[in-house]
Amino acid sequence: MSAMDLAMRLGKEFGELISAPTEFRGEVTLWVADGERIAEVCAFAKGELKFDYLVDVTSIDNYGEDPRFVVVYHLQGLTHLRHLRLKVALGEEKGELPTVSGVWRTADWHEREIYDMMGIRFRGHPDLRRILMWDGYPYFPLRKDFPLAGKQTDLPEVAFTEPSPMMGGPFVTVAGGVDTIAREPRVRIPESDALEANARLERRRDLGRADEQHGNVRKG
Amino acid sequence: MSAPTTTEIEFKDSAGRVASAAMVDRAPRIEADEQEVSGEKMVLNMGPSHPATHGVLRIILELDGEIITKATPDVGYLHRGDEKIAENMTYTQFIPYTDRLDYLAPLANNVAYALAVEKLMGIDKALPPRCQYIRVICCELARISAHLLGLGAFAMDVGALTVFLHTFTEREKIYNLCESLTGARFTTSYTRIGGLMRDLPPGWVEQCRKFLDEVVVNFDESEKLLTRNRIFVDRTRDIGVITREQAIDFGLSGPNLRGSGVNHDVRKAEPYLVYDQLDFEVPIGSVGDCYDRYLVRMEEMRQSVRILRQCLDKLPGGPVNIPDGKTVLPEKKKVLTSMEELIHQFILVTQGVDAPPGEIYFGAENPKGELGFYINSKGGGTPHRLKIRAPSFVNLSILSALLPGHMMSDTVSILGSLDFVMGECDR
Repeated sequence: MSAMDLAMRLGKEFGELISAPTEFRGEVTLWVADGERIAEVCAFAKGELKFDYLVDVTSIDNYGEDPRFVVVYHLQGLTHLRHLRLKVALGEEKGELPTVSGVWRTADWHEREIYDMMGIRFRGHPDLRRILMWDGYPYFPLRKDFPLAGKQTDLPEVAFTEPSPMMGGPFVTVAGGVDTIAREPRVRIPESDALEANARLERRRDLGRADEQHGNVRKG
Repeated sequence: MSAPTTTEIEFKDSAGRVASAAMVDRAPRIEADEQEVSGEKMVLNMGPSHPATHGVLRIILELDGEIITKATPDVGYLHRGDEKIAENMTYTQFIPYTDRLDYLAPLANNVAYALAVEKLMGIDKALPPRCQYIRVICCELARISAHLLGLGAFAMDVGALTVFLHTFTEREKIYNLCESLTGARFTTSYTRIGGLMRDLPPGWVEQCRKFLDEVVVNFDESEKLLTRNRIFVDRTRDIGVITREQAIDFGLSGPNLRGSGVNHDVRKAEPYLVYDQLDFEVPIGSVGDCYDRYLVRMEEMRQSVRILRQCLDKLPGGPVNIPDGKTVLPEKKKVLTSMEELIHQFILVTQGVDAPPGEIYFGAENPKGELGFYINSKGGGTPHRLKIRAPSFVNLSILSALLPGHMMSDTVSILGSLDFVMGECDR
């Protein structure tokens, strides 16, 4: 059974929900009209059509178009070796899809990566945290409106560790100092330490505010 | 008279001995001690800077004594935003970035990326035969190099330092071959869209044959050091067992998938280049433990040698690039003397190849597993979205399910047997 036949069977099962399959360079692509039912479609594809191997899940940002995001699922069956690509369009305001990590466990990390890079949330995901960027990072770097050069953000190490036992002592380097000279314990003067500590608190508050704006959940 | 003495030495295990001794004189104190120590769990932070994590992987381990009860891998310390970078440059400009994915097999990454772009452009079947054979040679040399390092480091982690020295001697020869082939030992950037940077240098085929004869001896030596080595076997057999169903569910690929008994190799399943004309076998494991993954890699290297010998024998003549000025850079001599070639050169360098709108996924069997590129193009010389399906990233996602229940020291064996590269995992 060719990939096209399998796509047709999926179309027959779900009717209007599945678009007509298109083929490019021998790869079959289907659009799923309602993102809310993607898990159901995937479960059927895995169970009935033997697409037991999820190769990849990824996302595209079509900035300036509506709906803005597309989530792409690459399915493969290890017995029949056919590939199938499922695509779901997703508006920016909604920004949420049901997870398919219940169908294939490998989707867990792929979905975390999409959340991390593109800011799309997955409902029902067991552990939806950032994966490549650090917890509390305020932006979604693969969005098209994020500049290639990046944006200034706070370094994470101060915000996420408990103060070490000798912190502030005369032999301990201050984390998060402006440069190596400022971090060097022997040149520090107590007044500037206090200033720096205040600046750090300020940065931490900024981060908290950014989190609230973006709806991030910070660990701990 | 002898009866009491025999009962005293009849205790079979040490625990029974302690218990009976406790019953005699100090039973209450031992009970109190046990109550104090039980129920305490410790969190151990392994990495990101730890020799056994082969780069910058961090695992947060929750331990009950020496038994792992929970493992949370933390990746991303080497994240460089390759996918973002790719969206902002031409297809050809991205080739050097692929060197830095799995930096132990840059040649194989180059080939996989070039094939993905060529598939998008619809020219992957039109590559000259010589180019295809040389690309297969690149892939298999990279596989041997990556597996040699993987095995050497794995063996070193579980205590067999000698193997590491043996395998690194051979890798040095591969680096020499890379150097004469591409001009660089490490960051090869050898392929181009529609061809190769250059043809094989004179005498390279003989050098490669000589290397193959030497490396086979080295495999035997390494195998003698490991396959029946009591310490190595004890530390790897029945450790880190991944069942067939688990391996598929977690999307593992490469030797890790085949170690669990799944007969899936992209080179056989969907042959690209000239793999369908070459004779080789795909080894698979039976149990899915660390030892099986070791055996699979060992055999894969021997099969790679077999493939390489066939390629060197069959290597056809002819050009290595597609004869199309709109895809491959023209000869420098012609650029300086002919108008048309000058224009081609100018357009290729400033705008890149002209890819059609569309989307493709291409997966290649790399040493670590299936390295896939998903390219979404809106036409022109730059991808709209380029997603790298990194095998190490996917392979590592099983850690949180695999590690619990093992001893702390087994982590080292398991990590070594999974053979990942963080450059690729974090991209």
